Amino acid sequence: MKRIIFLISICLFTFNWGKAWSLIEVDITRGNLNPLPLAVSPLSVDQNSKEKFKDLLKLEDIGAEISKVVENNLRQSGLFNPLDPKAFLQKPDIAHVKPRFEDWALIKAQALITGEVKIVDEKLRVEFRLWDVLAGKEIMALAFTTVSENWRRVGHIITDKVYQRLTGEKGYFDTRIIYVAEEGLKTSRIKKLAIMDQDGFNTKYLTLGNELVLTPRFNPTNQMVTYLSYFKNLPRVYLLDIETGIQEVVGDFPGMTFAPRFSPDGKKIIMSFAKDGNSDIYTMDLESREVEKITNHPSIDTSPSYSPDGKYICFNSDRSGYQQIYVMRSDGSKVKRISFGNGLYGTPVWSPRGDLIAFTKLHKGKFYIGVMRTDGTGERLLTENYYQEAPSWSPNGRVLIFYRETKSDSAGKGFSAKLWSIDLTGYNERMVKTETDASDPSWSSLLTD
Amino acid sequence: MGLNKIFRNTLLVFFASILLSACAVKTTGKMQGDVYTGKDTVEYLASGVPDRVFFATNETVLTTASRETLRKQASWLRKNSKINVVLEGHADERGTREYNLALGERRANAAKDYLMTYGISGNRISVISYGKERPVDSGSNPLAWSKNRRSVTVKAN
Repeated sequence: MKRIIFLISICLFTFNWGKAWSLIEVDITRGNLNPLPLAVSPLSVDQNSKEKFKDLLKLEDIGAEISKVVENNLRQSGLFNPLDPKAFLQKPDIAHVKPRFEDWALIKAQALITGEVKIVDEKLRVEFRLWDVLAGKEIMALAFTTVSENWRRVGHIITDKVYQRLTGEKGYFDTRIIYVAEEGLKTSRIKKLAIMDQDGFNTKYLTLGNELVLTPRFNPTNQMVTYLSYFKNLPRVYLLDIETGIQEVVGDFPGMTFAPRFSPDGKKIIMSFAKDGNSDIYTMDLESREVEKITNHPSIDTSPSYSPDGKYICFNSDRSGYQQIYVMRSDGSKVKRISFGNGLYGTPVWSPRGDLIAFTKLHKGKFYIGVMRTDGTGERLLTENYYQEAPSWSPNGRVLIFYRETKSDSAGKGFSAKLWSIDLTGYNERMVKTETDASDPSWSSLLTD
Repeated sequence: MGLNKIFRNTLLVFFASILLSACAVKTTGKMQGDVYTGKDTVEYLASGVPDRVFFATNETVLTTASRETLRKQASWLRKNSKINVVLEGHADERGTREYNLALGERRANAAKDYLMTYGISGNRISVISYGKERPVDSGSNPLAWSKNRRSVTVKAN
């Protein structure tokens, strides 16, 4: 895949947007049943720029298109209620310079986003402002420049800035999802690695489907992916450079390696190696190629995931007789079981905030996605379904993406696999649109921080 | 591959048989407990030599019927000493993907160990796990799942 050159220069042209005097605030720690009504005014574009963008991108009105990206992101977050642009009274160019707050208050908007797009030296320059309608004040203003093909990302970055300003936490919109695209019969499913923007756009397929591929995961800089491939019918962990397309086997193991993830510094891959009916956890240093055995137990040890500081590892083991979640130090010492509820537990994954572990739970024929503290206390089940598993955290630790499968009849009819997301609060459960059936999602970090 | 392993396996089989006889397992149609006993999906390596064995949910223990099947395979393999085999381990769809990969590997190895105790060299047997990726029955019901929890012996040459 071609490297996306992202030249971005953010210049703050006002500095007076400290949190101290803001009136609007969105609390994301609780389920939000009253999303904040706000207006995303279409970004204004001068006639000359409009024509040029039309030639370059085949878009009728780039300003309106970017605004739609922002609007859709904000709606999907569940925290905001973007109002219908048909109700807007003020023209975009005038609103951006000096909004008539009474007009926006009239349609019940509490916040307003305005902006302007221009072509400058063949690049796309955007400037946007966030306004507090009730206080009648500008609370944020930013401008940045990028290559025009990145216009959707412009919308994502604006959303991240607005989200951060109004919630006090970083956003998760300028991100990608890597997943497994699925097609065909259940008994001979064809699977490919696919990557897309967080909102389901710009899907690209990274493998052709000639061999079975599973469980892709990003490295911290989002340039590399580690995954399981059955290339030549030898299930092994692979490393793929998204930029160059170069793939390589990780390590030289005389058997199946699987369940890979990167360490938080991106220098190691942690995974399971199965031999003679026993799976243990290993790491391999990507530079020195040194392999280290982390667990040594005759039971199944798999699904390892590092804590964000790299000091601990949570993993899945059936050493107690059944699948449970354990935590240990990253050298393999001080192994401690943390899941004690009813049922089986799998796929533990450490939150990027460090305080929680998300998991899949199987109990009485139902599958749950849940979270618990890292010592196992405070278990909270977010969603119950016929089949779902493999949660992955948004980079701000507020949303989980996972996949869900439906029941099929004896002929295999009715089967589907789709990506879903849910807030940590247990609210805002949504299907994430994908071109094909999909599974094993993994969320990238923010592409521009 | 030590004696230790074989010993452990024999012990497991021993305990399993005690367990099975102790808890008067219900036989319903094509399942005993939740182990598949039917013939629908079974293929034959040679006349009278079934290619696969089935497992209970979350289990890797060989049942009496499985051991009988594997003894037939071992005797056929002894007679056909040039044939190598791949044991393909599988799980049903009611488990997490990564754990199921490990479970499939363990099931195939349970079969491998048993073949080895009946004199088949480990060099002739390779093992691959497909986890829940390659079901034979695409239904979402207990009977379909029981057919999918399996280790299949496939000729490698």
